[in-house]
Amino acid sequence: MNWLLDLTPDEWTAVRLSVKVATVAMLASVPPGILIAYALARGRFWGKTLLNGIVHLPLVLPPVVTGYLLLLAFGRRGPIGAFLAEHFGIVFSFRWTGAALACGVMGFPLMVRAIRLSIESVDRKLEAAAGTLGANPLWVFSTVTLPLILPGIIAGAILSFAKAMGEFGATITFVSNIPGETQTLPSAIYTFTQVPGGDEGALRLTLISIIISMLALVASEVLARRLGKRMDVE
Amino acid sequence: MTLCVDIRHRQGDFRIEASFTGSGRLTALFGPSGSGKSSLINLIAGLIRPDQGRIEVDGKVLVDTKAGVFLPRHKRRIGMVFQDARLFPHMNVRSNLLYGRWFTPPAERYLDMDAIVDLLGIGALLERKPALLSGGEKQRVAIGRALLSSPRLLLMDEPLASLDEARKAEILPYIERLRDQMKIPIVYVSHSVAEVARLASDVVVLAQGKVTASGPVSDILQRLDLLPAGERGEGGALIETVVLRHDDTFSMTVLGSGAGEIRVPRIDIPVDQRVRLRIRARDVMIATERPNGLSALNILPGKVAAITHGAGAESEVRIDCNGVPVMSRITEQSRQALGLEPGQQVFAVVKTVSFDETSTGMGVGEVSA
Repeated sequence: MNWLLDLTPDEWTAVRLSVKVATVAMLASVPPGILIAYALARGRFWGKTLLNGIVHLPLVLPPVVTGYLLLLAFGRRGPIGAFLAEHFGIVFSFRWTGAALACGVMGFPLMVRAIRLSIESVDRKLEAAAGTLGANPLWVFSTVTLPLILPGIIAGAILSFAKAMGEFGATITFVSNIPGETQTLPSAIYTFTQVPGGDEGALRLTLISIIISMLALVASEVLARRLGKRMDVE
Repeated sequence: MTLCVDIRHRQGDFRIEASFTGSGRLTALFGPSGSGKSSLINLIAGLIRPDQGRIEVDGKVLVDTKAGVFLPRHKRRIGMVFQDARLFPHMNVRSNLLYGRWFTPPAERYLDMDAIVDLLGIGALLERKPALLSGGEKQRVAIGRALLSSPRLLLMDEPLASLDEARKAEILPYIERLRDQMKIPIVYVSHSVAEVARLASDVVVLAQGKVTASGPVSDILQRLDLLPAGERGEGGALIETVVLRHDDTFSMTVLGSGAGEIRVPRIDIPVDQRVRLRIRARDVMIATERPNGLSALNILPGKVAAITHGAGAESEVRIDCNGVPVMSRITEQSRQALGLEPGQQVFAVVKTVSFDETSTGMGVGEVSA
């Protein structure tokens, strides 16, 4: 145990950074994830198939390609990146925020799928009943639909977090591998394997990575079970 | 309350063209399945938008396609009790009950939570989750939830259809109390003659999306031709009676009516209370002279008022028993053998055991103790 926790300052930095990046990526994905999942589950609009395709693209493209596309769009000279930097002072390239963006994009299809499935399983008759009781559509969503899809949202969020913890290709392509700024756990492990005598560090970080992922899974199980008990869905 | 509906609507191949005015305490929309009853109340509740037409409750226009008016469901203040209860699974009974209250401005709340909980007998269930309730309990909570949103009109879409006989018997008295004690007009969808006879003050009969008749329930139930073929024998006379006394030796109750005393199996309603009694047409025999040596206990003298010979073997005879109409369904052969003609003096004979628990209910308009 001592051997496992006796990390060098650089290794600690990588662990902390990874957790930070994955948490931010997950939290920032939840609101757009619900919105898009809702649109895909319930909406009838032109271009729905196209939207569905775009959302799922990161799942099928090589991560390096996704990373490169992000670099083109959100890089300093990219159209979106330049606009954001100029007007809002938000910079993604070679910053930890860029790592969070890359991780969020890679985990997004997983989150949307989970939430969409749970929205599709909601009994719309319950929403109609809430409407006859005087709730307007926004209230119906927040008091009936949202609580009923909470397990799906949690499942989607955990998937997104787990994906972010393991994201490597898109991150390293978009924001490179800068210790203390963009070097997440996978990048750090990769770096260790590239230098002589790095085996021990790589193994330590690998074990830590496994532990964090397991904790996330256990947490989601516990939460889902508690929610299930609270709901006693018929 | 007046409910005016005049609607033309198409759903796939099915057309509804219904126009009626209801002003009773409990108006039953009655018809076989597929006659458009449920679509009609979904239209009133705002769950379906009609192609054409107008719906008005107490002068308030809910829908008027000509004027481009379509009030969304959450602004209609129309309570709805669904066949499948539809309680929110993630809330306990108390939160379910209070859900609609949230959205009602305090000035418009006219019902009190405690009174409703009392009326429906759901005090012990408040902290439970819907999944732990029986079918009958769920339906009572659903009724309470709709009432607590303080609606101007309560719609009930076959609230008993998914329950077994015992559960139905458990809920019927609550609906009677609702009808008699609350000031909310009710529109009740049903395909069961027994439920309509027991609960309704007025009936709108639907067949294939069209209104075929409407009027006070006692008039409609005598028109056996209006009832679905399978339930025609369930129709008959609906008469207002009073409990005269209970006969504990033979476990019977004697009811007083304009037609004379009627003996039914013991019912649990106090003396002097008004009781609505349904005498099924198929249970009534006709004798041309007062019968002797007969086991049947109820022999009501009267005059033949009208005879209708329908298709098939049966004839329907309406007997005027001292101002109270009693319907009888006999074969055309018997009618000819007895030589029955309008104006003739006859006796309507009804066995006491032909009355069952679906035959009696609280008289409409009476506030029970």
